[in-house]
Amino acid sequence: MTPLPLTRRTALALAFLVGLPGVALAQAPAGQPIRIGSTLALTGPLAATAQIHRIVGDIYVEQLNKRGGLLGRPVEWIVRDDQSKPDLARTLYEQLITADKVDLLMGPYATGAILSAMGVAQRYNKVLVHHTLGIPSLAKYDMQFPAWSLGSEPATTVPNTVFDALAAGPKPPKTVAVVTSKFPSIQFMSAGAREVLKKRGLQEVLFLEWDFGNRDFGPIANRIKDARPDFVWVGAIGLDGNLLLDAMKKIDYTPPQHFYLYPAPGPLVSLPEAKNALSVTIFEDQPPFTSHPGAADFVKLYRERATKAGLADPSVETQAAASYTAWQILEAGVNATRSLDDKAIASWIKANRVDTIQGKLRFNGTGNFGDDLMRVKQVQNGHWVVVWPKEVATPGVKLQAN
Amino acid sequence: MSAFTLPSATLLAQSVLSGIFVGALYGLMGLGLSLSWGLLRLINLAHFAFAFLAAYLCLQLASHGVDPLLTLLGIVPAFFALGVLLHWAMARFALTPFNSLLLTFGLMGIVEAIIQSIWTADFRKLESVYANQKFKVGALYVPVPELITLVLAVGLAVAIWAVLRGTDLGRSLRAAAEDAPIAAAFGVHQKRNALLLAGTCAALVSIAGVCLALTSTLAPSQMYAWIGVVFAAVMLGGLGSALGPLVAGTLIGVSEAVTMAVTAPSWAPIVSFTLLIVVLVLRPGRAG
Repeated sequence: MTPLPLTRRTALALAFLVGLPGVALAQAPAGQPIRIGSTLALTGPLAATAQIHRIVGDIYVEQLNKRGGLLGRPVEWIVRDDQSKPDLARTLYEQLITADKVDLLMGPYATGAILSAMGVAQRYNKVLVHHTLGIPSLAKYDMQFPAWSLGSEPATTVPNTVFDALAAGPKPPKTVAVVTSKFPSIQFMSAGAREVLKKRGLQEVLFLEWDFGNRDFGPIANRIKDARPDFVWVGAIGLDGNLLLDAMKKIDYTPPQHFYLYPAPGPLVSLPEAKNALSVTIFEDQPPFTSHPGAADFVKLYRERATKAGLADPSVETQAAASYTAWQILEAGVNATRSLDDKAIASWIKANRVDTIQGKLRFNGTGNFGDDLMRVKQVQNGHWVVVWPKEVATPGVKLQAN
Repeated sequence: MSAFTLPSATLLAQSVLSGIFVGALYGLMGLGLSLSWGLLRLINLAHFAFAFLAAYLCLQLASHGVDPLLTLLGIVPAFFALGVLLHWAMARFALTPFNSLLLTFGLMGIVEAIIQSIWTADFRKLESVYANQKFKVGALYVPVPELITLVLAVGLAVAIWAVLRGTDLGRSLRAAAEDAPIAAAFGVHQKRNALLLAGTCAALVSIAGVCLALTSTLAPSQMYAWIGVVFAAVMLGGLGSALGPLVAGTLIGVSEAVTMAVTAPSWAPIVSFTLLIVVLVLRPGRAG
């Protein structure tokens, strides 16, 4: 018998027929929906960042249902507004478990609300995957899993990464000013930076702290200018960096090298004074980060949705990436165990590496934290580029100083 | 590093200057609040929301190429009308000062939600011709947006003071605040005057909002950060006083700035609120 020649058209038809049942199955999850409950700061002071998590959650659940949901069932995300209040988050998580009877939990935003949710999850033995818990030492619950890969000792590892980058840069600093917000997840990192710089033999010429919500950065800018540091570590959160740079501009001062811990990324990058400002990230929407499976598609979709939602910065960085990762971790746990049993899911996550857009993550370290994947990025030509470590740096880019 | 550092003369002078500028904004924000509280017996927390609403409107108009200062031509009358409308509604329910506090706090949340839905919760910065303008006096830098704020704050405080002191309208307003029935018996048209004053208070705070847009980066939730310090300026300055909030605001601004220059920025609120407590203890009638 002579074999039939496999023409391109035949091959395509075969592929279509073979693939059809799979596609049909993937597109039609059936049965009672699996309900995943969470809160987000949809209003209040944290709303700007929580909006990112809302968009990412919507994208992920939509994608998940398109590829067949979880365990063949559709997924429904129930998200409540915790109004940026950790105490309200606690109440709402309690309601999600007892009144809404959700099958699974997803973490809220930000650290305070996550800690509240963690307490509730612990009380009901529920798995809690969370996006951006800033203080790993507070994660005491065995069935909580972080999606933000900052390691279990970020107060030491992150400043070391930053000072490594500076030491390899064009102007290794000798004197450092540490100015910082007293916001909890910031303050301990800046305290860590002070320890690290001393151990590295650098001189601290200024140390200042301000309360969260400080409005007047003029005197702080004056103090920095007066101290003449080679490098300014700014324990910034949200708008602090912009306000400080505005104040510096008013007295004609440009720091030789400057770092901002957790700035609102969009507003900072758009500020001309932020030239060569450094920060840290676990993900940027550029190679090699976008080479992880699913990352490029997510980046494209997120950009569309964030633009439509009117976000100042529609690019995927730490917040959006951590949010997407959290959903990936939960999905992996359910799919691997083929169940909604929290203990089984938790045991599996702890014992395995999970494929995410950040790479393969592990959760077997202290407090279920894995490796510190924080990278150093810099504002160059009005864009964030990754400058350190070299193996993940944006191609052709090097750290610059003012 | 010790907590106390001896600052250089330039640092100290620059800090005092920036304290004066920020104090002028405290004063301008507090002017309408003080008049409303002192003369109308209404504690209007919506003032802070109105300031931010005006700031965002200024931002919006400026993004279409309108000079931020020219936006005042539209914003001030609009907020005057808004103030009149709000007072008319509040007067219908004869609210006590405490109830007015609750109502306007609710209104503040509503305005915040509206701002957030239109301009999002993200930070916004007004880009204008004034933003980068500054000049040098000796070793000191004088930013033009802050200077504009100072000039407006001083000008408006003096003008309101002159109206309250030197005109029939001012005397009527003060008389009505002192003893409304007696003032009415002398022919003071209380309702009309109250509406006029409420509109003026809202108009004044809208000017503060435009100054806020000129000098600061905006986010809807930031309106709450101003409440404490502006209340302190109003109470220190004396309720119903036109010049008081400006003087007290400047005192607070300078004390905060000098504290930040000499010790740590986190000590600044302690100094300003200690000042308030001391004044209230020494002169308890101040907030009456």
